[in-house]
Amino acid sequence: MRITIASGKGGTGKTTVATNLAIAVSDKFSVQFLDCDVEEPNAHIFLKPQIEHTRSVEKLLPEVDEELCTRCGECAKACEFNAIAIIGKKILVYNDLCHGCGLCKMVCPTGAISEHPHELGVIETGTAHGFLFSRGLLNVGEAMSTPIIHEMKEMIAPKHLTIIDAPPGTGCPTIAAIKDADVAILVTEPTPFGLHDLQAAVGVARSVEVPVFVVINRDGIGDDHVERYCEQEKIPVAMKIPFAREIAKLYSQGTSLVDALPEWKERFEALYRYVASSPARQGEADSDVAGERHTQGTTLRDTKGGAK
Amino acid sequence: MKSVLFLSGKGGTGKTSLAGAFAALSENKVLADCDVDAANLHLLLDPTMEEKGDFQGSSEAVKDEAKCINCGECRRVCRFHAIDEQFNIDPYLCEGCGACVYVCPTDAITLSPRISGQWYTASTRHGPLASAELYPGEETSGKLVTLVKQKAHTLAKEVNAERLIIDGSPGIGCPVIASATGASAVILVTEPSLSGLHDLERILGVVTHFRIPAYLVVNKFDLNEEMTAQIEVFAKERELQMIGRIPYDPSVPKRMIEGKSAVEDTQSPAGAAMREIYARFEKEIQ
Repeated sequence: MRITIASGKGGTGKTTVATNLAIAVSDKFSVQFLDCDVEEPNAHIFLKPQIEHTRSVEKLLPEVDEELCTRCGECAKACEFNAIAIIGKKILVYNDLCHGCGLCKMVCPTGAISEHPHELGVIETGTAHGFLFSRGLLNVGEAMSTPIIHEMKEMIAPKHLTIIDAPPGTGCPTIAAIKDADVAILVTEPTPFGLHDLQAAVGVARSVEVPVFVVINRDGIGDDHVERYCEQEKIPVAMKIPFAREIAKLYSQGTSLVDALPEWKERFEALYRYVASSPARQGEADSDVAGERHTQGTTLRDTKGGAK
Repeated sequence: MKSVLFLSGKGGTGKTSLAGAFAALSENKVLADCDVDAANLHLLLDPTMEEKGDFQGSSEAVKDEAKCINCGECRRVCRFHAIDEQFNIDPYLCEGCGACVYVCPTDAITLSPRISGQWYTASTRHGPLASAELYPGEETSGKLVTLVKQKAHTLAKEVNAERLIIDGSPGIGCPVIASATGASAVILVTEPSLSGLHDLERILGVVTHFRIPAYLVVNKFDLNEEMTAQIEVFAKERELQMIGRIPYDPSVPKRMIEGKSAVEDTQSPAGAAMREIYARFEKEIQ
């Protein structure tokens, strides 16, 4: 099973929910954690993984051989991203604009274009709390994060409960992280900004047909509009995390709730049971609740409002 | 005209709240919301729509089934895994590069323009605003950010503005880089947590890379004063100038619910801190 934790607005508590959920269920399931917030990954702060290997994620950039180039301009004309320009005798390649599609090389009549790998970032892999951990890290100054997320999704381990920490927003990096998930948990806060961006995130998840659940973080700081919206849209509110200075302090130090406050282990286990057994996912094979370490005596049925 | 851009690396640190405060305090200004994934600044401004338009970000490959002979050339050249084994094109994966169009022997594939969002301008109680909304899953947020900035510059010329206040997006990637080009100064808003510090370090890397003068604000500083001290040490080491701390203040979300900035509440401690930051910043960039 794959659960993606996402949000439209940043800083609502995605990483808090993703890391605590992973730790809470890791004694019962084979968990794989993917930190796909590759621009600003933070899960390692809470999970403190041992990184065992690092590999590079690259795109191919064109290089023009000035001798072979006849300045015909076919490459510049073909490039949909305006990444190549010919000004007088000069040939300019804009690395940031280039998507690495290879079309310029295909259209060049004199074979003047070759391609060379350029590092966008890295993927680090290791273990944390006894489970698999990977995180993507976009190099500072690079613009394109989506290829790293796509490569991370290639690493999804079969028969694991894969928990994906998504980047904020609604654009292509976010959709790359949500697409193909069994469930998306959208974390928000009860404010007008939280509501506005939640609506956008629901739009994203629905556009790729992923069932959604909402977690309201910092409950109590605002109003009830988020809950009213969820009711209207029939989106289950799977959990509420109150605003408390103690919780904020633990977060700020990089301590996970589950490790510091035992009652939160139960609450995050209940969150898992709630999203895994929800009617929104009915009709899918039960064996899909992958990665169980032992047969559970109880069935994973929704105990109404289980996680609240 | 000088432009000030609010960035943070980490999301939810209070960029928009501070940008909204600057919008309320600054005179003769134009506002631009470049967080096109999740634009929120308008929620503090009570906007009246003036002009809007479609944003054509990129193209996507569209196949004419009648002409397709299933030769698989398109799938062979596509580097974005956008064409599956049955040679269907996935619009979310297609980047619109046109490689498949070039190799298709039967001209079955064409590039068709794709509307990826909408831009708009509005008049608000704190001045003209340019903003946009990117449609779910679209990838050209950098281009839309550039378009919003162009619209804001046009508005600024019309009113002869002295300040452009730009709300940026979280992260360090495409939309952030697009918003940073040409900015006169950046205000980095962080929070006293290990995550806040980690992300500050990365966004500072971007800002330094583009050689933009940067200033630091620690929001909700009293939630962990040790971390705040640690962040200030980091700032000093990196020659990043602190221009203020904002206390945790429950009235900030309360005013937000009323559609107001904390600086519009004379009782708000956070509002008072924001006013000081504004005054200090104005002195700095004179």
